[in-house]
Amino acid sequence: MKPLLVLPIILPLAAAAGCLLAWRSRVAQRVIGVAGAAALLVAAVLLLQSVWRDGVQAVQIGRWPAPFGITLVADTFSALMVLLAGIVGFATSLYSLASIDARREQYGYHALMNVLLMGVCGAFLTGDVFNLYVWFEVMLIASFVLMALGGERAQMEGAIKYVTLNLMSSAILLAAVGVLYGLTGTLNMADLSVRVAARPAGGVMTAVSMMFLVAFGIKAAVFPLFFWLPASYHTPPAPVSAVFAGLLTKVGVYALIRMFTLVFTHDVAFTHGLITLVAAFTMLSGVLGAAAQSEFRRILSFHIISQIGYMIMGLGLFTAAAVAGSVFYIAHHIIVKTNLFFVSGVARRLRGGYRLDGLGGLYRDHPWLALMFLVPALSLAGIPPLSGFFAKFALVRAGLAIEGYGIVGVALVVGLLTLYSMTKIWSEAFWKPAPGNAAESPAPPMSADARLMLVPIALLALLTVAIGLAPGVLLELSVRAAEELMNPAGYVTCVMGEPS
Amino acid sequence: MIPLAIVVGGLYAAALYLIGRRSIVKLVIGLALLGHASNLLIFSAGGVTRGRPPLIRPGDEALIAPYADPLPQALILTAIVISFGVLAFALVLVHRAYTAVGSDDVDAIRTTDA
Repeated sequence: MKPLLVLPIILPLAAAAGCLLAWRSRVAQRVIGVAGAAALLVAAVLLLQSVWRDGVQAVQIGRWPAPFGITLVADTFSALMVLLAGIVGFATSLYSLASIDARREQYGYHALMNVLLMGVCGAFLTGDVFNLYVWFEVMLIASFVLMALGGERAQMEGAIKYVTLNLMSSAILLAAVGVLYGLTGTLNMADLSVRVAARPAGGVMTAVSMMFLVAFGIKAAVFPLFFWLPASYHTPPAPVSAVFAGLLTKVGVYALIRMFTLVFTHDVAFTHGLITLVAAFTMLSGVLGAAAQSEFRRILSFHIISQIGYMIMGLGLFTAAAVAGSVFYIAHHIIVKTNLFFVSGVARRLRGGYRLDGLGGLYRDHPWLALMFLVPALSLAGIPPLSGFFAKFALVRAGLAIEGYGIVGVALVVGLLTLYSMTKIWSEAFWKPAPGNAAESPAPPMSADARLMLVPIALLALLTVAIGLAPGVLLELSVRAAEELMNPAGYVTCVMGEPS
Repeated sequence: MIPLAIVVGGLYAAALYLIGRRSIVKLVIGLALLGHASNLLIFSAGGVTRGRPPLIRPGDEALIAPYADPLPQALILTAIVISFGVLAFALVLVHRAYTAVGSDDVDAIRTTDA
């Protein structure tokens, strides 16, 4: 029994239960919420260390041997994703202390956040398709409540779209799992990998893989299934939309990468060719959508879509180098995007809104905040020496290596347009003078709350710079993750045992 | 098998029709039907075997084929419980949205889109 694989699920569950037990005490809930996220972060670091040292690890829950029981598996990719969930979870719970109002906290905000983290980690670690569906639902139910908690009109409107499209995606996923079971007679992903490869490649299997592509595609917000995202992500409070923007769509991307490297590799020319096409349209439509927006968080929401395109571009190209680029991109994106949403929350705290025409003068009044916006913003656009540059560089080089000039061209153009959007936010929110008569009056000092909000922002910005200055560590991790993904034999052996 | 397939198809059609309507109440009913359709699809995709419960008969050492596969039913049971919970949430959400917006028309909830 390897407890490290179970800890990322148990710790948030325990923290959520603790928060519920301390229902009457707001302070106790805050302490337990942050402690749970911190414990998750520590467990995630230990897990990644252990996976790095000993390779892929699996636990058969309840000692039911695979493929009959539920298996938890951690390879480098899973462990890295769990670590990123831990980082985002910890930063968000710190940020929430200053930014979430007392009413939301009383109605179980910290418990929900921990349930959400549990669902995310469960989805990353499970080795069973149906179990993956269950973890998606755990994550979704927590996110539904977080989205609607507070009951503002905008939140209700956003929540209806979010809930509807995610439930439809879950129904498709469920149907796909059922049909896949009907075809292969197993749900264990490692066993599926073997059995799908052993079947003659046929149209039915491709049809099932397309059902998975649509189901996970809705959750990952790829073209043309992304419309729920920009309609809902800007409605909840800043820390909630930050954790959604950072983590939730990436669980969909994770599931896509996992299924389309481990199980559905029977017709690469068709499935992965389609994914590459989808990636190109996702990049373009996201960045063009952002150009038309004039609200801080809506611009960022459209950029999530465009960045998702980069992540699945690596999957579509389907070489070890390209998948490594995808993994690097996901890691870079989660940190940067969460941070940008954090900054938008501070801007709202200082200026009272998210609309760019109401913002302004933030550089004059708060130069440090402006600097901490610039780091993730330039990194998103791919300016060296920040993390985004190496992420894009890895993908572009992998694309050129197999002569995918079309997709590489799209990726480069979209990078330029991203810079345009970030410049727009910079000049509107930070550079131009504040609207009204606030321009003449001296800046009021930041409240203690707002300064506390800067702590997680600074931590994530430092992490972005650190990845940029020493990209070797993350690069090595992603290369190894990609090697494991492209050669699933090690994964299968670890789960199923040595073939006898 | 064929009647079951027709029922599944009918349920999917009805669910998508209702989701396409403008009333958010019908939207929720559509989502409920969508879940039922997926559950029945799992049931039929897993293979329907009648009158052969997966029990080892007295005197036998192991199960003798054909027998009904219990796993799809276990999956459906899990999915029903999940969709029950999610649907309860969706109903409350629709009610709260109705009180916040004052209309059950989906065209009235587009202020966050622009």
